[in-house]
Amino acid sequence: MRLDVRWPIGGMFSLIGILLTIYGMVSNPALYERSLGINVNLWWGLALLVFGLVMLWFAYRAQRAGPAGPAGPAGPKLP
Amino acid sequence: MLGIGWALRRVIRSSEDFFLSGRSIPAWIAGLAFISANLGAQEVIGMAASGAKYGIMTSHFYWVGAMPAMVFVGLFMMPFYYGSRARSVPEYLKLRFDEKTRGLNAITFAIMTIFSSGISMYALAKLLELVLGWSFHGSIVVSAVIVLIYIFLGGLTSAIYNEVLQFFLIVLGFLPLVLLGLKDVGGWSGLTSKLAVVATNAGFEPGAWSHSWKYMDSPSHNPMGMEWFGLVMGLGFALSFGYWCTDFLVVQRAMAAGSMTAARRTPLIAAIPKMLMPALVILPGMLAIGLHASRGGFLPIGDDGQPNYNLAIPMMLAHYLPSGLLGLGLTALMASFMSGMAGNVTAFNSVWTYDIYQTHIRPGQTDQHYLRVGHAATVFGILASVLAAYSATRFNNILDMLQLVFSFVNGPLFATFLLGMFWRRTTGHGAFYGLLTGTITAALHYGLTLPRGSVPGIKGGFLGAVLHTYPSEMALNFWTALFAWTGCFVATLLISLFTKRTKTDDELRGLVYSLTPRVQEGHMAWYKRPVTLAVGILVVSTLLNVIFW
Repeated sequence: MRLDVRWPIGGMFSLIGILLTIYGMVSNPALYERSLGINVNLWWGLALLVFGLVMLWFAYRAQRAGPAGPAGPAGPKLP
Repeated sequence: MLGIGWALRRVIRSSEDFFLSGRSIPAWIAGLAFISANLGAQEVIGMAASGAKYGIMTSHFYWVGAMPAMVFVGLFMMPFYYGSRARSVPEYLKLRFDEKTRGLNAITFAIMTIFSSGISMYALAKLLELVLGWSFHGSIVVSAVIVLIYIFLGGLTSAIYNEVLQFFLIVLGFLPLVLLGLKDVGGWSGLTSKLAVVATNAGFEPGAWSHSWKYMDSPSHNPMGMEWFGLVMGLGFALSFGYWCTDFLVVQRAMAAGSMTAARRTPLIAAIPKMLMPALVILPGMLAIGLHASRGGFLPIGDDGQPNYNLAIPMMLAHYLPSGLLGLGLTALMASFMSGMAGNVTAFNSVWTYDIYQTHIRPGQTDQHYLRVGHAATVFGILASVLAAYSATRFNNILDMLQLVFSFVNGPLFATFLLGMFWRRTTGHGAFYGLLTGTITAALHYGLTLPRGSVPGIKGGFLGAVLHTYPSEMALNFWTALFAWTGCFVATLLISLFTKRTKTDDELRGLVYSLTPRVQEGHMAWYKRPVTLAVGILVVSTLLNVIFW
């Protein structure tokens, strides 16, 4: 079995997303003066979380569809 | 935030070994690794710097340069590489020509890797200087030590896996920056009005920074100082094809694909995100110069009174991103610097140890001996990179310097490859002396010309007489590449005609186009064929050229 690269990508971005979102919720709003008053930590954190979860979902779906294994055809499986 | 990125990268590394075993990487992963191998700090910092210095004309590196070249690699070059299973450019040259051609290329390639890693080192040191407030000299030393540790800890063993991760890290780390900058400047129309000020201040028509082709009728009408012929031939043909066809750091990613068709499709799949990359790497530079002109403070002014364009991205990061997201952006930058330096030093190490030392200096030693030589080469490579990093301080745009190095190495090499692959009559002597002629032509051209406003020295003109002054550094690079390509092409052609062939048709099977079996793809559905994808890419990049005309 080889590890689908989407697992670590999904995991990493979900984690970063969660941390950023939490930081965005608890941080001082004065921090966001430089980012044009937008709480970018919160919003981009959520965006990264969604991206991470979508990656994880693709990885999960690919795994459930059956382990193609290293011998499987390297088809154009675009996510 | 920095720590998380690194910690995760370490965990992932352990699972890499069996992932890479065998050629069975899905095409989309190979495709992302393919552009990620090229999306280093040099691209991020250099393209933004060029976006500020030359405006949207920088997009020619993508829509005139990279797109046709990547399509060419996918359709025509991959069959040779995949078929011959050469692992590096020197190795291919040895199979196709002879040992001396391989040796010459190994030397120029080794020099190129040192400059490449030195340029990354300079960029990293500048970043440390800006963010942490250290002195430049101290930052250089720290950068060198970091890379040394990174390589000895086995930093590059997990190349492809990390590269895909890094691709997403760079894209998702920089995207908020671009969005915030664009919102701040008032969208595309706000940006063009600010760039009009930049252009008029520099003495050009107001649209010179926001039109990619319109002012290319004469070198004096645009900031890059190029007219369309020199740009299309110098950048579009010699430099871009030279880079994408012969840079094995990139080509190796496609070789990891599962089949010949997948390998051919890899550069084509990679071309799709590559096409959109200007929005991520050039746009921030244009935003920085536009905002700098109207508000100031977006670019530092160097000792020569010119802005240091290299700092466009770091300054934008520091300006717009609050702590939290800033960490993500810096992680993305650091990751790309690291892989840029480590990749080049490792390539230097392997070329020196296997293609030069083992072949020409001391063959037949034990593996341990070569391993020790390799370690020594790594240390030497990093020390030499420090020198290259200091020479990079003379350039206010690292892409100017990088393309100068490429014009020496990739420009002539592409002529050698083109003749070697499509003309079986090309001989070993022809290739060797042709390559030598091409490199010397580049040196002569570079030594006898100078970009405007520069003193003779590292920027050219060191041969005493300055025969021609180019409006910009980049214009000099494009012409150097074109001269070098022509020199190599003509010399190789003539010498090959007057020397005897040393390789028979049988030995050239799989190395020359006419002696390589055609790829059979007739049984595939039309929309699955690489050719269909290639045509689609060319159509879309043409459209992009028209939209930003």
